[in-house]
Amino acid sequence: MIRQDGRVQTQSKNLIVHLALLFFVLLAIGPILVIVINSFKSTEGIFSGPLKLPDSKTFSLEGFKRAVENGNFIRNYLNSTIITLGATLLTVVCSCLAAYGITEYTTKLASMIAGLFTIGIMLPVTLGTVVILKMMVKFHLLNTHLSLILVYVGICVPLGVILMVTNFRTVSSDLKEAARIDGANEFKTFLIVLPLVMPGVAAVAAITMLPIWNDLWFPLILTTGPQTQTLTLGIQQFVGVHTNDWEALIASLVLGAIPLILLFTLFSKQFIKGLSDGYSK
Amino acid sequence: MTRKRHRQLVLFTFPALAFFLIFAVFPLIGTIYISFFQENVFVGLKNFNFLFTDENASKRLFFAFLHNCEFFLIAASVQLPLALCMAALLTSGRVRRMTGFYRTLLFIPSTLSVVIVGFIWRLIISPLWGIVEYPLLGEKATALPTITLMSVWQYLGIPLVFLYSALLSIPSNIIEAARVDGASDFRIFFGIKIPLIAPQIGIITILTFIWTFNGFDIIYALNGGMPGPDYSTDVLGTLFYRTFFGWGADQGNQNLGAATATVIFFIILLGTAAYFATVQRRLKVSQL
Repeated sequence: MIRQDGRVQTQSKNLIVHLALLFFVLLAIGPILVIVINSFKSTEGIFSGPLKLPDSKTFSLEGFKRAVENGNFIRNYLNSTIITLGATLLTVVCSCLAAYGITEYTTKLASMIAGLFTIGIMLPVTLGTVVILKMMVKFHLLNTHLSLILVYVGICVPLGVILMVTNFRTVSSDLKEAARIDGANEFKTFLIVLPLVMPGVAAVAAITMLPIWNDLWFPLILTTGPQTQTLTLGIQQFVGVHTNDWEALIASLVLGAIPLILLFTLFSKQFIKGLSDGYSK
Repeated sequence: MTRKRHRQLVLFTFPALAFFLIFAVFPLIGTIYISFFQENVFVGLKNFNFLFTDENASKRLFFAFLHNCEFFLIAASVQLPLALCMAALLTSGRVRRMTGFYRTLLFIPSTLSVVIVGFIWRLIISPLWGIVEYPLLGEKATALPTITLMSVWQYLGIPLVFLYSALLSIPSNIIEAARVDGASDFRIFFGIKIPLIAPQIGIITILTFIWTFNGFDIIYALNGGMPGPDYSTDVLGTLFYRTFFGWGADQGNQNLGAATATVIFFIILLGTAAYFATVQRRLKVSQL
């Protein structure tokens, strides 16, 4: 009897926890769902009943059609993809190399370099924008994908290195010694142990992509030209012109958010690991 | 042997160091340097003198700083307790297989860009839609708190994930021992778990400080470079952008912009240093 009481009590406690979490989930997801719902409606439907689901009268895919047909949209999408992938790839490669060096050749200099990168994680690099702009003008890199890629790698590399250092520390030295005895040089040895730290690589990639894709500041300063504009900046300007085309606007917001939501849902484990390991050190 | 090791170390760390030093460290140092110049002529502290004594400029700087403080205080005091509460629920051992589901959904707002976040919330609270009758963004008294709460909504997932991982890393035998001694869930949370994750709470607070004082995006996304109504949502980030790039009739000035950035940099530096010198050191000691 007593045991049963205990079970009922546990179950009702569990239910309360679930209800509380569901409430928070609703708060987090509700506003996003409102926008998604409205992206499937005509302008009339958007304003007559913003919280209603689309029905046969208000259902419309016109917004998506017009958003995609807008010449800039596809190009902006492509620009964001090139910049994000380019910067992420470079960040991952540089971080792996540096982290291997720091963990493998433990000298005073190595811990100094590691310390430098640890401070670098917190550095507010946007405050150096005046000089970054001057540099890009000087090297004729204004309005190029490369300008953003270079800056983003500089910003993201400290966190990447520190995360990869924690990963490389877990690799046992047996494998490395075996490789060296087989006559592998240092770079070859690095390549041999690299597969062992792939979970770390995924974490670094996930955590690097997010702020780059969503950044507004540097695109606003370095790539305002229509040829290299990013998606985030393009949408910002679309929102800014006080358009009457609400259907296309809401549709492009939804399309702009999809890649990262998808990516995060797929890689949420790596992402969360990266975030908590990287900053709490 | 050591020389060879050093050579290898330098070779492996060179690319990362080069990117970091050229595109992050150098621009920051360069910014401080050029803040002593005006059109390539050394002017000493004249730019700073202007920022702090010119009637209009000093007023803008002071209010932007004040708004940043308000932003930080609201963000920290709302975000932390909420994130802690959610992390506690997620790690309470009562959700089991659903943990990943909740955690993923709760983080999704943090994957959106500020442009989308700003738009979603502006639409939802717009009197046009009629859910909220009061023009929250249009009144001086409510505009900044409203924007701050939007930002809290967006970034809640980040402290949540931090605190969630911190709570998970507490050795379960400590909790078990307390439970055997008859401590309640409530008591265990406040008496054992919170003190154990105090360093992480500290880190997330200081990161929130750095991010809010360096913040720009959400204000710009909602209100542009001259954040109204009547500058009531102007923060250091938007002030920096305006001083540097200009906005509307205001002409931008690179060197004044650099001076503004330098001031912001030192505010962040002082805040962070003060924090590490006092709070975090004590936390580390109590951890032992």
